[in-house]
Amino acid sequence: MTAPVVLRGVSYAYGEGELRRPVLREVDLTVEEGEIVLLTGPSGSGKTTLLTLIGALRAMQSGSAVVLGEELAGAQEAARVRLRRRIGFIFQAHNLLGFLTARQNVAMALELDGSLSERARQDRAGELLAAVGLADHTEKPPARLSGGQRQRVAVARALAAAPGLLLADEPTAALDKASGQEVVQLLRELAKSRGVPILLVTHDPRILDIADRVVAMEDGKIVCTTDTGETPAQVVMTKG
Amino acid sequence: MNHVTPLLPWAPELNGAAPAAAPARPAPAAGEAPAPRQAPPPVPPARRAPGFLAGTFLAIRLAWRQLRSEKARLASAVAGVMFACVLVFMQLGFRAALFDSATQLISAMRGDLFLMHPMTTASFRPEPLPRVRAHQALALPEVQAAVPIYLAQATWRNPADGSRRTIQLVGVDTEAGVLDFPGLAPLVDALKRADTVAFDARSRPEFGDVARLLAERGPFEAQVGNRMVQVVGLIEIGPSFGADGNLVLSETNFRRIVKERVVSAIDLVAIRLQPGAEIEATRARLAALLPADVIVLTQPELVAWERRYWEEATPIGFIFAFGSLMGLVVGMVIVYQILFSDIAGHLKEYATLKAMGYSNGYLRRVVLGAALILAGLGFVPGFVAATLLYDVVGAGTFLPLHMDAERALGVFAMIFAMCAAAGLLAMRKLRDASPADMF
Repeated sequence: MTAPVVLRGVSYAYGEGELRRPVLREVDLTVEEGEIVLLTGPSGSGKTTLLTLIGALRAMQSGSAVVLGEELAGAQEAARVRLRRRIGFIFQAHNLLGFLTARQNVAMALELDGSLSERARQDRAGELLAAVGLADHTEKPPARLSGGQRQRVAVARALAAAPGLLLADEPTAALDKASGQEVVQLLRELAKSRGVPILLVTHDPRILDIADRVVAMEDGKIVCTTDTGETPAQVVMTKG
Repeated sequence: MNHVTPLLPWAPELNGAAPAAAPARPAPAAGEAPAPRQAPPPVPPARRAPGFLAGTFLAIRLAWRQLRSEKARLASAVAGVMFACVLVFMQLGFRAALFDSATQLISAMRGDLFLMHPMTTASFRPEPLPRVRAHQALALPEVQAAVPIYLAQATWRNPADGSRRTIQLVGVDTEAGVLDFPGLAPLVDALKRADTVAFDARSRPEFGDVARLLAERGPFEAQVGNRMVQVVGLIEIGPSFGADGNLVLSETNFRRIVKERVVSAIDLVAIRLQPGAEIEATRARLAALLPADVIVLTQPELVAWERRYWEEATPIGFIFAFGSLMGLVVGMVIVYQILFSDIAGHLKEYATLKAMGYSNGYLRRVVLGAALILAGLGFVPGFVAATLLYDVVGAGTFLPLHMDAERALGVFAMIFAMCAAAGLLAMRKLRDASPADMF
């Protein structure tokens, strides 16, 4: 089985003609099953663009990207929309729908699955919120939750549809140290327990320790890769 | 980190299934809830998207939840739709009332066939035809009676305050039974006397409270043109845009008031056929018999002729159509504004939905669903308000304003289309919700 994310020679540029500004140059990156990869680097190094390409939010320009078994180069919009349903996203801002309760927000991720009944969606949303420690807050709108709680709802939403890959962009940027730590630890536990790989873009040095591997980018290139904790192989061996 | 956390009841660790060994989840049948302890596979298969109907239901529910969350905005949108709704109802009501009232006089005339000068545009502005045509029509054995009708307008002096207004005169042999208005039958004998008239009780109040005077004093004198006549009774026709009131009187009395009218110049001939005579066949024979200065019409055709004048030869039909259109445009702009600001204010959320795998089509259905919810919410109070206004305005203007199912359905369709158009316009804003700009 191929790894969830396999990038080969991915390049990307914004603008046209003389204004053309390359942001990614020949990037190769592989994320293994169950692996947590942190993408760091200065602003403008292209890490966010890379994340949007992997998340099928942007059309590819050149190179090859196989995400969850789907080749993204030349993929149509409809194919990319289908792929997005198998990827969980966590944004810098929580981006919850303000007019929905926490439970309804999580259920939104499940409404794309036609095989679930309304009852099943509500139940599963409740279970996920309990899993992120918000069992008592399921019926509150985001406005009545704290920043950390909102981001935990966003984590529950990202995990709701049992994604094959989690993409997160600065999930702790808007949070204080304690709630930031809480959210990433939660993310790590939930992802590890389900074998979901995570690709996380961050500037935040406080959360580097959750990663299996830290990939640093600069000027659109991967400049250094550091294995930090356990390797994916160790994860599999120690399981069960 | 490998400690089994109790947080996830369906976590693979709990049921002993290693992630790699987890069987691919079988596609569950529709409506079947998945077993809660089933292990999610590491790479789930592409899920079956909800059917179109189920997806539309979810989209409309999302639209409703969004609308509901901002009560003030929802109220202003509903008020806008309601405003458009009432405006269109009133314009269409006035338009229909105009056409109904303009043809009221003609509709009341009883006759199988009518002779009219082809250049007559409308009953209040008739082109005279020779009286002899009425007698010529009698040449056919099928024709039982042919009655000349005189139409003219004269001034009526208000018996209460002396002010003068134009009133429609209908001069006819009242005994012939060609004209039938409510209340006319008992007055036939009284109208045979010299200088007597029957007054239309539904005329506008500016003509004076004739009904009260009649009840108080009995038959009384009033001035029509330059002549004093006696009002002997009341009939009911109703005012039209061409005439604010009506008087029915005998041929002879008509000529006494309209002195310049030559006896031989009549305005309309009503023909009654022998029982069992074929109307169409007789019409063809009459048309062949009579010269080209008359046309032969059935009553529905005569009504249609009158109506066409108001629809085509006056700007009135256009004015009301234009008024309706303006109402719809204003309503559309209001709904568009509301939907647009809803989208603009939730761009991030919409982009998030796109990132989660919601298609553009789904989000369009959300916007369209919101538009159609507004259409429904605005139409109901608009319909109620318009029905009440019809009663109030109808009583004030003496115009026949009535709500009917056909118009209600028509206006609902227009409001629906208006909101849908606003929704389609607002959808273009969805393009700005780009998930690529989310990170």
